[in-house]
Amino acid sequence: MKKVLIVDDEPNIIMSLEFLMKKNGYEVFIARNGAEAIKAVDRERPDIVILDIMMPHVDGYEVCEYIKQQKITPVAKVIFLSAKGKESDIAKGYEVGADFYMTKPFSTKNLVNKINELTVSKP
Amino acid sequence: MAIEWVVIVLSFAYLTLLFFIAGWAEKNAHKKLFSSPYIYALSLAVFCTAWTYYGSVGRAANQGLDFLTTYVGPILMAPLYMVVSRKIIRICKVQRITTIADFISARYGKSLFLGAFITIICVLAIIPYMSIQLKAISYSFSIFSEELPPRGDTFFKDTAFYVTMVLGIFTILFGTRKIDATQKNTGLITAIAFESLFKLFAFLLLGIYVTYGLFDGFGDVFSSAKRLTDFERLITIDPEHGYSNWFWLNLLSMLAIILLPRQFHVTVKENTNEEQLKKVVWLFPLYLLLINLFVIPIALGGRLLFEGQGVDADTYVLAMPLANDSVALALLVYLGGFSAATSMIIVSTSALSIMLSNNLLVPMVLRNHFLGKSFEGRLNSVVLRGRQVMIVVMLILAYLYFKLVGERFSLVSIGLISFVGVAQFAPAGLGGLFWKRGNYKGALTGLIIGFVVWFFTLILPTMVTADILPSNLLNEGFLGLSYLRPNYFMGLNTGNFVAQGFMWSILLNTLAYVAVSAITRQSTQETNQSEVFVDIFKYSTVYESAILWKGKAFVADIRDLLATFLGPERTDRAFRKFKARNDIEADSIEADSRVVNYAEKLLAGAVGSASARVLMSSVVKEEKINMHEVFDMLQETQHYISDNKELKRKSEELQEASLKLQQANDELTKLDRLKDEFISTVTHEMRTPITSIRAFSEILNDNDDLEAEQHGQFLKTIIDETERMERLINQVLDLEKMESGQIQLTLRDLRLNDVTRDALNSMQHLLKEKQIKLVTQLHAKLPMIKGDRDRLMQVILNLVSNAMKFCDPKSGEIRIVTGTNNGSVELSVLDNGPGVPVESQSLVFEAFYQAENQTLKKPEGTGLGLTICQKIINMHDGKIWVKNGIKKGAVVTFSIPRI
Repeated sequence: MKKVLIVDDEPNIIMSLEFLMKKNGYEVFIARNGAEAIKAVDRERPDIVILDIMMPHVDGYEVCEYIKQQKITPVAKVIFLSAKGKESDIAKGYEVGADFYMTKPFSTKNLVNKINELTVSKP
Repeated sequence: MAIEWVVIVLSFAYLTLLFFIAGWAEKNAHKKLFSSPYIYALSLAVFCTAWTYYGSVGRAANQGLDFLTTYVGPILMAPLYMVVSRKIIRICKVQRITTIADFISARYGKSLFLGAFITIICVLAIIPYMSIQLKAISYSFSIFSEELPPRGDTFFKDTAFYVTMVLGIFTILFGTRKIDATQKNTGLITAIAFESLFKLFAFLLLGIYVTYGLFDGFGDVFSSAKRLTDFERLITIDPEHGYSNWFWLNLLSMLAIILLPRQFHVTVKENTNEEQLKKVVWLFPLYLLLINLFVIPIALGGRLLFEGQGVDADTYVLAMPLANDSVALALLVYLGGFSAATSMIIVSTSALSIMLSNNLLVPMVLRNHFLGKSFEGRLNSVVLRGRQVMIVVMLILAYLYFKLVGERFSLVSIGLISFVGVAQFAPAGLGGLFWKRGNYKGALTGLIIGFVVWFFTLILPTMVTADILPSNLLNEGFLGLSYLRPNYFMGLNTGNFVAQGFMWSILLNTLAYVAVSAITRQSTQETNQSEVFVDIFKYSTVYESAILWKGKAFVADIRDLLATFLGPERTDRAFRKFKARNDIEADSIEADSRVVNYAEKLLAGAVGSASARVLMSSVVKEEKINMHEVFDMLQETQHYISDNKELKRKSEELQEASLKLQQANDELTKLDRLKDEFISTVTHEMRTPITSIRAFSEILNDNDDLEAEQHGQFLKTIIDETERMERLINQVLDLEKMESGQIQLTLRDLRLNDVTRDALNSMQHLLKEKQIKLVTQLHAKLPMIKGDRDRLMQVILNLVSNAMKFCDPKSGEIRIVTGTNNGSVELSVLDNGPGVPVESQSLVFEAFYQAENQTLKKPEGTGLGLTICQKIINMHDGKIWVKNGIKKGAVVTFSIPRI
């Protein structure tokens, strides 16, 4: 079972993502802020991380950079899921190594498809 | 009978002598002798009239030392001549001003109305003054005939009438020889100087005769006088009101010496060079000292000689030598008094005739189309004949006044009252000399108020005395109001009506002048003139290039105009001189502004500055000067730039305006940016609930097989998030309304404790539900505040619900404390949560305080709530802030000023 880490500080959004991921056969881990996310990455070694950007203390960009600097392979895929929709925000997301950037509000279908695509393409 | 004829013959012989002296001086006017400072200084002694000659003794005999104030003031003023008169003289020379009316009207934008108004005040003040000179002549004459003055007689039997007419002829001959009033009347001035010398000589001789002939020196006079019952009073100043009266009377004569039309005439118009003033500074006081030297001995001597005989003290001067059979001395003394009276009449009529012609006659002819037409081309004769007619008219008026009214007053009262009248020119005239902001409206208001108060406090009582007005006006006051009694204006009584009347009129006049000038603005023309007047010494060399006119004029037109007044010969000469001096091409057809200015000044000498302006505008097509042109012109004349205050003012205004515009623009830009930020933050903030709503809606749509519980939970989430969305929208709208000022507070007197209790009551249920402990510490004697109950309630509810969010989840405790601090009423909400980091404490009140580039989230929960709270508290003139508690938790406090 593929592991997905959901990082967000909005309980309702976490709830919806958790439902969607479980329904599609993923093992779900949850982090409510950047610091928790980094710990969870180290501990659980997820295959993919759904990452919010605006969070208290450590933001999503930093978390992404941390993930992509990991020496141990395979490195987790990162998909940003953020309300920040400006081009500069998106560009920065890819700059720090994101595999995909999706803006809130999102289409559940598109998100699930993208996540499947990213995890399947893995060897 | 014989002695009367001797007096008549002597009088006319004396007048003939005057004609001779004046004629001789006129012929030899170019000689150096006639521009001597001694003649100039002596001519200033025209100040000493028959009032001095007879009245001083009368006043000293009855009232004591008061008479001195009339001379102490001018002596005090003499050192200031170098400051005040020199400046006036320079201005008048540059602008060709010849009378006080012209001077003031020129200062305030060459206003015709102001000039006319001042002229009328002058005439009203001076005609009675002239009439007392005639009275002095007539009375002194009657002393010889030992009869009452010929009161009921027809005028052709009255010597005073013939004397008046001869004086008229003299003044016309020697005072109106030249149309250009700025030209010196050497003959007239020399005659006046002679008269001054003569009256001084006669009076000194009498003084010596009384002091050393009838008595045995000063010591003897005074020791003999000790037996007079009121001796003490006569040689001391009344300690109760005397000093203040002295102050006001001295100030009065200080102003009179500068502002009296005849003084202005001799000091300013007849001045040939400013150097003369240096001699005047000591010569004139010396003259005044000498002429007063024997006043007290003569007065005391008279009292002693005529004790109990009921002789009028005003006639002591003549009665004393006559009583001792010194007829020759008496005749000489008579001539001395005659000279004092005639010099005053001659100079006053000259001055007033110029004033009347410049400020009333010429403007009238120029304004009136019919008159203007019928006198076209003959204006010069209007000016000259006008002045001559005015001289005769004024003399007749003075004579009539003397016959009809003047006989009922003493010499002194009318003299002082007319001093007060002309002193009203002081604020506008002297103020305008040193204060640039003094303006036309201020000058006119001050003059009118001063004039009205003068008329009310000093003229009305004389009209009552003359039975023209009922006497209950004096006793009961105007309209029966006791504080409007002319003699006790505002209920004040210092025992000296003249001092009081002067004080009230000059104070109110000055106040009005300053106040109105301060709150109103000058016209451009006025600004120009005020600049020239106040800084005359800076301008007097560059004046001809001053920018006063802009427009098109043809040299030929200007020449024609000037020739009408000055004659072709003088016009030619003036033009040649001007062209040579200013390097102007000989045959230019169009006149430049310098020529126009020069011509206007030449004309001003003949018809006064206000009329000159009107005349010039008939040949110059004046264009409205716009600011750009002024700029251009000023760049051409570099030195003028720094001087022209009008321009400075305008450019400062422009700068100010552009600065304001810049600020407004910055403000708008900032507001625009803030609005953008706000909108982006709001939309961002809305994305969160919408994200949840969309996600769960899709989940519900795509999954028919959800468990009932989960189905319900997802639906509830959608509802919750929708509500959140709605709250957000409401708050945004609320905030928008507050910022645009659409929300007005309904302020009432409130007890903050009551509002707090009401707010907490509505939250009891919620607090209990969350098991949060609530502690209130409400100050028992909290002062009232002015506030909007509903809005303050909203603030308290918001703060408490914030505290509920943040307080310790297990054993939550919220504390509400009210109290006073520094005149304000305070309310604090304390929680026992994590507190607010110091760096965020000032940020929590900003709307969604995370800005554009921030990726970190604000402390949970604060959206717009605190921003709205802050807005409400600010609208109450209060403050709101957040701190951390001593142990733990956050403390949010607001304070509102107490009533």
